[in-house]
Amino acid sequence: MSEKKKDELLNDHNHDGVDRRGFLKCMAWAGTGAFCVIKGGVLNSYSLSRVSEVSTADMMGELSFVQISDSHMGFNKPANPDVAGTLKAAVDKINGLSATPEFMLHTGDISHLSKPEEFDTVDQILKSAKPKDVFYVPGEHDVLNDDGKQFLERYGKGSKGGGWYSFDKKGVHFVGLVNVMNLKAGGLGTLGHDQLEWLEDDVKHLKHSTPIVVFAHIPLWSVYPEWGWGTDDSVQALAYLKKFGSVTVLNGHIHQTMQKVEGNVTFHTAASTAFPQPAPGKADSPGPMKVPAEQLKSVLGITDVNYIQGKHALAVVDSSLA
Amino acid sequence: MRRSVSIAGLAAALVLGTLGFGAGQRGYVANAQEKMSTMEVKIDNFSFGPVTLTVPVGTTVTWINRDDIPHTVVSTDDSKTFKSKVLDTDEKFSFTFSKAGTYPYFCSIHPKMTGKVIVQ
Repeated sequence: MSEKKKDELLNDHNHDGVDRRGFLKCMAWAGTGAFCVIKGGVLNSYSLSRVSEVSTADMMGELSFVQISDSHMGFNKPANPDVAGTLKAAVDKINGLSATPEFMLHTGDISHLSKPEEFDTVDQILKSAKPKDVFYVPGEHDVLNDDGKQFLERYGKGSKGGGWYSFDKKGVHFVGLVNVMNLKAGGLGTLGHDQLEWLEDDVKHLKHSTPIVVFAHIPLWSVYPEWGWGTDDSVQALAYLKKFGSVTVLNGHIHQTMQKVEGNVTFHTAASTAFPQPAPGKADSPGPMKVPAEQLKSVLGITDVNYIQGKHALAVVDSSLA
Repeated sequence: MRRSVSIAGLAAALVLGTLGFGAGQRGYVANAQEKMSTMEVKIDNFSFGPVTLTVPVGTTVTWINRDDIPHTVVSTDDSKTFKSKVLDTDEKFSFTFSKAGTYPYFCSIHPKMTGKVIVQ
């Protein structure tokens, strides 16, 4: 990473009080039970052991939802022979949150091989979650062999094109994007011309003060292009969102938590509920990472997101399944 | 191991003896052709090996997935000369190249994975 990029990552662009030390402190905790809250424009970080010191009002926003990702139902290799069990553990974690989330986002790779029974199993397990509504975007594992036909039939009602859509909840505008279709040889994730045009039109009429949440499977920022961890035309998509004061981008795909703040945009990737993947460049390939069985739940997780009206940005909290 | 080889040799000799020289000869020729015309590309660690494979016209290339993650083999040209279904661990896909040319291909799930078959 170049010196310039480092500065872009850590500089305080929008006077939100995210200083280098605070940011690094928060990053150091990521994935090990981190709790990072950007509240009134100021980023605070707590270890999970100190969560009890945070007042309930701060934790319970006006809108609370939860993100899960990469359940890979059907995967049965040594990295996790029981992905149904860990998805159930994720549901237990969600049901144990102090504020019941209003709905769930699933950021793709619901199934491992796009088999109907894999989707059925996930649907069945998620029925026991307290939040009843689930909003999905596909991962590349959900659109195998049929260009996403089955995914659209199951989860894409009312969506456009390859499954993209938007909706509003308590003044927050949510946009679900699809970047796993029609991938080009040698390239990264792709949104494509039609979807970009739709996005431009979708957000055009919104007030600049409207908080925006964008969710998609493959990261919309360049995490590690060598492993395909990025989206070729995400810069265009983000250009349409520049005018907004608060943009939160939620992704999956890389099976680990990672966060980056750039101007008014907070990028965040969620842990998988199935198996971890190595940190960028830390292995020969991004394949499933085997950890000792007793450590598995500590590297899987859910992401809880809170929005308090009038506050600048959304609070994004990762919790492991351990 | 040595023992089983010699038993196999004995069995082959018996077959030759029973079927006569002509039948044995045909079997031998077919075997040799098969060896020449089948090549394997291994999918391992999110890469194709060898990345570039050069084969004579008429060769059947078989891709085998040795990863814990599914992959595909899809030719890059617009008409998609060859296109596998998704290959789970240890699954195979074969295609016979009957025309000379260069055939670039990729994994449509992990498009950073690319390879090439040169048919001469």
